Amino acid sequence: MAGDPTQTIPQPVTADGPSDRDARFVQIKQWAELLTISALAVLGAAVVFSLLLLVLGASPGEFLALLWRGGFGTWFSLQNTLVRAAPLIFTALAVAIPAQLGLVIIGGEGALVLGGFAAACAALPFHGGGSVPFVMAAMIASALAAGGLWIGIVGALRHFRGVNETISSLLMSYLAIAVMNYFVDGPLRDPASPIKSSTLPIGDANMVGNIPGTSVHWGLVVAIALASASWVLMRRTTFGFAARLTGGNVRAARAQGLPVGGLIITACALAGACAGFAGYFEVAAVQGRANASLATGYGFSGILVSFLARHNALAIVPVAILVGGISAAGGLIQRRLDLPDATVLVLQGIVFVFLLVSETLYGRFAVFRSKRSPSDI
Amino acid sequence: MTNDDWGNEMEKQMNRRKFLTLSGAGAMGLAAGMLPQLASAKEKLTIGIVYVGARDDFGWNQSHAVAAQALRGLPNVNVVEEENVPETIAVRKTMESMIQLDGASLILGTSFGYYDPYMVDLARAYPDVQFRHASKLWDPSKAPNNLGGFFAYRDQGHYVNGVAAGLSTKTNKIGYVAAKPIGLVLRTINSFTLGVRKVNPNATVQLIFTGDWSLPVREAEATNALISSGCDVIACHVDSPKVVVQTAEQHGVKSCGHNTSQAVLAPKGFITGAEAKWETAYKAYAIDIAAGRKLPNLIFGGYDKDLVASTPFGAGATEGARKAALQAIADLKAGKPVYVGPIRNNTGKIVIDKTYGNYDPFLEQTTYLVEGVHGSIA
Repeated sequence: MAGDPTQTIPQPVTADGPSDRDARFVQIKQWAELLTISALAVLGAAVVFSLLLLVLGASPGEFLALLWRGGFGTWFSLQNTLVRAAPLIFTALAVAIPAQLGLVIIGGEGALVLGGFAAACAALPFHGGGSVPFVMAAMIASALAAGGLWIGIVGALRHFRGVNETISSLLMSYLAIAVMNYFVDGPLRDPASPIKSSTLPIGDANMVGNIPGTSVHWGLVVAIALASASWVLMRRTTFGFAARLTGGNVRAARAQGLPVGGLIITACALAGACAGFAGYFEVAAVQGRANASLATGYGFSGILVSFLARHNALAIVPVAILVGGISAAGGLIQRRLDLPDATVLVLQGIVFVFLLVSETLYGRFAVFRSKRSPSDI
Repeated sequence: MTNDDWGNEMEKQMNRRKFLTLSGAGAMGLAAGMLPQLASAKEKLTIGIVYVGARDDFGWNQSHAVAAQALRGLPNVNVVEEENVPETIAVRKTMESMIQLDGASLILGTSFGYYDPYMVDLARAYPDVQFRHASKLWDPSKAPNNLGGFFAYRDQGHYVNGVAAGLSTKTNKIGYVAAKPIGLVLRTINSFTLGVRKVNPNATVQLIFTGDWSLPVREAEATNALISSGCDVIACHVDSPKVVVQTAEQHGVKSCGHNTSQAVLAPKGFITGAEAKWETAYKAYAIDIAAGRKLPNLIFGGYDKDLVASTPFGAGATEGARKAALQAIADLKAGKPVYVGPIRNNTGKIVIDKTYGNYDPFLEQTTYLVEGVHGSIA
C-alpha cells in the first residue's frame, strides 16, 4: 500500500489538461458534429423544398438534374457559376471576418455598391484615358476605402455607442444604395443612356480581363487569394488571435488589455474593404459602369455563404461556388420547370433558416460530447 | 471433338447468331421507330424570350408573356421564358444560356436596354441564331443581319383611348400619368390629347411625370393628385398601369389602359386600353423559321399591321364612346393620319405645320406637348 515501491501506482489525474491524443479526438468529434449537423440542416431544407416543389407541380428529381446542368454540368454553366462565385467570396468574407469577433455584420450589399460606385467615380476624371495601372490602382483604392469606411462606421457605432451592428449595417446598406442611386440618377449620370441611368463608362482599357481560355474574370483569382489571406490573418497572426479572443469573451479580452475598440473597427473596416473589392470587380470586370444593377443581392447571398461555411475563410470558397452554382442554375430552372424567378431564392432562404435553427443542436447529441475529465468535478 | 460435341457447338453458335441477329434487328427497328421522333425533335423550334420584370405585371412584360402564350399554341414550337432579367450583363448570360443549354434558335429581347451592347455582341458571336429586339434600334450599318427589331406604335392606341376618354369625362379634366419625358412617351401623350380634343375640344389633359418607368408609389401619388384636382378619367404611359388603374378604381374614377389588358383590375371604371399585340410579330417569326424563310429585320406598325389592338370595352365606356372609338380604330386601320397640322404646343407655338403620316420619322423626335396638355416637360 502506501509507501510500497514495488506496486504500480495508478497515474494520478493531473490538472494539465487533456493529452495530445485526447485533444485530437475532441477535434475529430467537433468536425464530425459540424458535418453531421450541417448535413442534417441541408437535408431538412431539401425535404421541405421538395415538398414545396411537389405542391407547385414540379419534380424534385428534375429540379436536381437541372440544378446540376445549369450550375456545373457544362463548361458554359461552370463558367457562369465561377463568375457568380467571385463576388460571393468577397461578400462572404465581409461577414466572416467580423464574425470572428462575434459581430454579425450583414451590410455587405451596401459596401459592395459604394465600393463599385467609388471605383467608377475614380475613373471619371480620366475619361477612359490615363495610364491603365494608375487608373486601376486609383479605382481599387477608392473601392476599398469606400467599403471600408462604410462598415467601419458600423464598427465605430458599435464600439462607441453600443448600436447593434446587425441592424445598423443593414440600414447602412439601404443608405448606401440610396446614395448611389441619387448620384447615378442625378449629378453623375451619363447623358448617353436615356433609358437606364448609370455613370459614364470606365473605358474599355480599364476593364479587368478574363482568365485566358475562359470567360471568367480575374476577380475569382483575387477572391481566392483574399480568402486564403484572411484565413492566415485570422488563424496565424496575433491580430487574428486577439480578434478571436475578443469574440470569445469581450470582458476577458479587455481584462487582458486588448484594444477591443480598435479590433472591432479594424475588423469592420476590413470586412467593408472586402465587399468594396467585390464592387470594384463588378464595375471593372462585368458592368463597365456603376448603376442600380450593382445591387443585385450578392451582399445578401454572401451572408448565406459565410454562415454555411461557419465563417471559415477557406471553406467560403467551395461554399461560394456551390451557392453560385445554385443561383446560376436559377435561370435554367425557371425556364424549364416554369417556376417563378424567386424559386432559387426560396431554396436559399430555406437552407439558411434550417442552418440557423440547426445551431441549437450543437452540444445536444451525447455522442459528440467530449468526455468530462475527472478534474472537472 | 466428337460429332455430338460438334453438333452442340454448332447449335450454340446458331443460337448465339440467332440471338445477335434478332437483337440487331430489334435495335434497328427501335431506331427506325424513333427516327421520326428524333427528326421532329430537331424540327422543334425553341424560342427564348427574356423579360425585364415579372410576367404578370399587368403591363409591358405581361404584353409579351401573352404573346408567348399564343406562340405555345403553334405546333413544333417550344418557348422558354425567363423573367426578372436586368438590363446588364445578366441578360447576355441568360440569352447565351438559352442558346447553349436550351438550343434556342430565336431570341426575343423585350426590354430597351437589352439591345446595346448585349444583343448586338451576341448576334455577332452567334451568327446562326436569330435575335429580335422590341424596338426599332436596328441599324444595318452598325449591327449584324441576324439581329433586328419589332415595334408597335402604341400611340395609335392612345389616340383611340383619347377619343373614348374625351366622350367619357364629365368634368372635362382627364388625368395622365407618364413615366419620363422622352420622345416615345411625349408622342403618346400628344396622340392621346389629339384624340380627346377631336371629340371634346373643351377637355384638357392634366399631366404628371413620375420620373421612371416603374415607380408604384409615385404612380399612386400622381393618380391621387390628379383625382383630387378634379380629373374623372385617368390614362397613363408607365411600364405597368396596374397601380394607376387600381387607384382610379378605388376612387370610383374611370381609367384607360396601356400595354396589356387591365380590364379585370377595374370592373366598374375601365374604358379601353392601348394594347401592343406582339403575337402578330412572334407568330410571323415562328412561321417564317419553320418555312425556312429569312426573317424580316424590322417589323413595325399599328392597327393596320395588327400590332396594336384596343382592349375590349369595359363598364366605363358609354355607348357614344364606344362608337367613336370603333370609328377611330377603323380610320387608323385605313391609314388615316393622327397628326393633321397645324397643331400648336401648349405654349402656343406651332409644332406640327402640315399633315404627317403615322410612321413619319418627324413624329419620332417629339420634344413638345400639344395644346390641351396642362403640364411641362422640365
